[in-house]
Amino acid sequence: MIQLDAIRPKNATDLALLEVRKLRKFFYLHEREKKIQAFVDLSFSVNHGELLAITGPSGIGKSSILNCIYRSYLSDGGEIWYHHNGTRIDLLQCSDHEMVWLRQGEIGYVTQFLHCLPRKSALSVVAFPLLQMGVSVAQAEAKAAEMLNKFNLPEHLWDVSPHTFSGGEKQRVNLARGFVCEPKLLLVDEPTASLDPVTRDIVVNNIIELKGRGTTVVGVFHDPEIVERIADREFKLVSNAHGGALLTR
Amino acid sequence: MNKPEEILTVRNLAKHYGAACPACVNGLSTPDGSNICPNCSTVHAVRDVSMTLHRGEILGIIGESGSGKSTLLKMMVFDEPASRGEILYHDAGTAVNTLLLNAAQKRNLRNQNYGIVYQNPQLGLNFRVSAGGNIAERLLMKGTRDFDYIRQRSGSLLARAEVPVQRMDELPSNFSGGMQQRVQIAKALATNPDILFLDEVTTGLDLSVQAKILDLILELQQSLGIAMVVVTHDLGVVRLLASRTFVMKQGEVIEAGLTDQVLEDPQHAYTQQLVSSSL
Repeated sequence: MIQLDAIRPKNATDLALLEVRKLRKFFYLHEREKKIQAFVDLSFSVNHGELLAITGPSGIGKSSILNCIYRSYLSDGGEIWYHHNGTRIDLLQCSDHEMVWLRQGEIGYVTQFLHCLPRKSALSVVAFPLLQMGVSVAQAEAKAAEMLNKFNLPEHLWDVSPHTFSGGEKQRVNLARGFVCEPKLLLVDEPTASLDPVTRDIVVNNIIELKGRGTTVVGVFHDPEIVERIADREFKLVSNAHGGALLTR
Repeated sequence: MNKPEEILTVRNLAKHYGAACPACVNGLSTPDGSNICPNCSTVHAVRDVSMTLHRGEILGIIGESGSGKSTLLKMMVFDEPASRGEILYHDAGTAVNTLLLNAAQKRNLRNQNYGIVYQNPQLGLNFRVSAGGNIAERLLMKGTRDFDYIRQRSGSLLARAEVPVQRMDELPSNFSGGMQQRVQIAKALATNPDILFLDEVTTGLDLSVQAKILDLILELQQSLGIAMVVVTHDLGVVRLLASRTFVMKQGEVIEAGLTDQVLEDPQHAYTQQLVSSSL
């Protein structure tokens, strides 16, 4: 086990898995000497087993929030407390090594577009996170097959590289890869974009199922109908300059 | 999940070429960031680099030509003496400063615990002996004397690196560039090293061969859990292989972080330029 901050949170309840406090993010473009603000002073928390939907217009910084939680982006201020076995760790302050560790099984991220190694079959792309966790090849592939089945990817595509796939097929591989190790916290960025209604339902049902097994989900969603259907709470970003407003559902 | 464990710790490592005057011997700071001392013209190739490598992880070091990345690697594997600093190798709960070992101890560590793959196969392979002989050399240096075992081990390592075993008695000069790299990798793995050092291993190879070598490296890391230090100027290579990446410029580490963060949200002006220039 890695060392986590042993101090119990002062005012947070035992329910919180993730607490984001006064998070701020800027991009400084050196070449243009330009500072672009993504958001300032964002605060919200997510309880164990909850699904929080982040909504708002395009370009307002929804994906940037997920990137900051996953540390694909470095935040410029604030705190992101991740609670783990009675202790907590600030994802802004923890070491890169600790973050790598958390990314293996604790925190998963399904980005909007599938990035994967070229020439790898869909099956091995989905099995990869399990291999990293030390699962045997046979077990990992069996679990990956189960996952691809759940996302209704035709079996004749399993041994083909996702690079040749359609947008919707890629997205299903992407989701299968994110879901396969059942992380404690899953970040998803528009998981149902570019999917037909039938596939969208499959994805939504899989999210509900994963949540039912204890995974906490923070997701960026556009479709109000889906938010209505699966979100416990909605975090609506209204203005770039002032962060967002938390709407409790 | 296992506790991440340090295997190599680099502290304030520095290398300078030249006499180094009192003004720059303990570190150089110039207004324009240049690594040449304005006083004595000493070139500071590596300036106060610190990094930690954990067991089983792949660490990427990127930078342009002359940034000091290869010199850094050379100091780690004793190809170049360091001017200052320390490199600790952790083994069974103890840490040794490898730079203070005597020549024989350094050779032992290099032969048994390290594996090195150079950009230029001429540096990593003995071209006067066969592919199999190259692997045998390393096993012999380790003290193995069982000829049957050596032959069998050489064959299985070559097979693992996808070199046709029936060609193990041919000289490396008979092989293509990509194949020579594979023989180097097989040779590096001969003694089951804890750390593999890879210096621009795919540079100069055509794309499909590059891809296969990278696949092989990734497969080895996954199945054997070897820690690796990967030096490259190719952002694609670190994106594929490394969980963490260090960016070097003029001998200094100017940025370090998780690889996806360095590539998607680069902080330093130079890294931004590097990332935005990549195809």
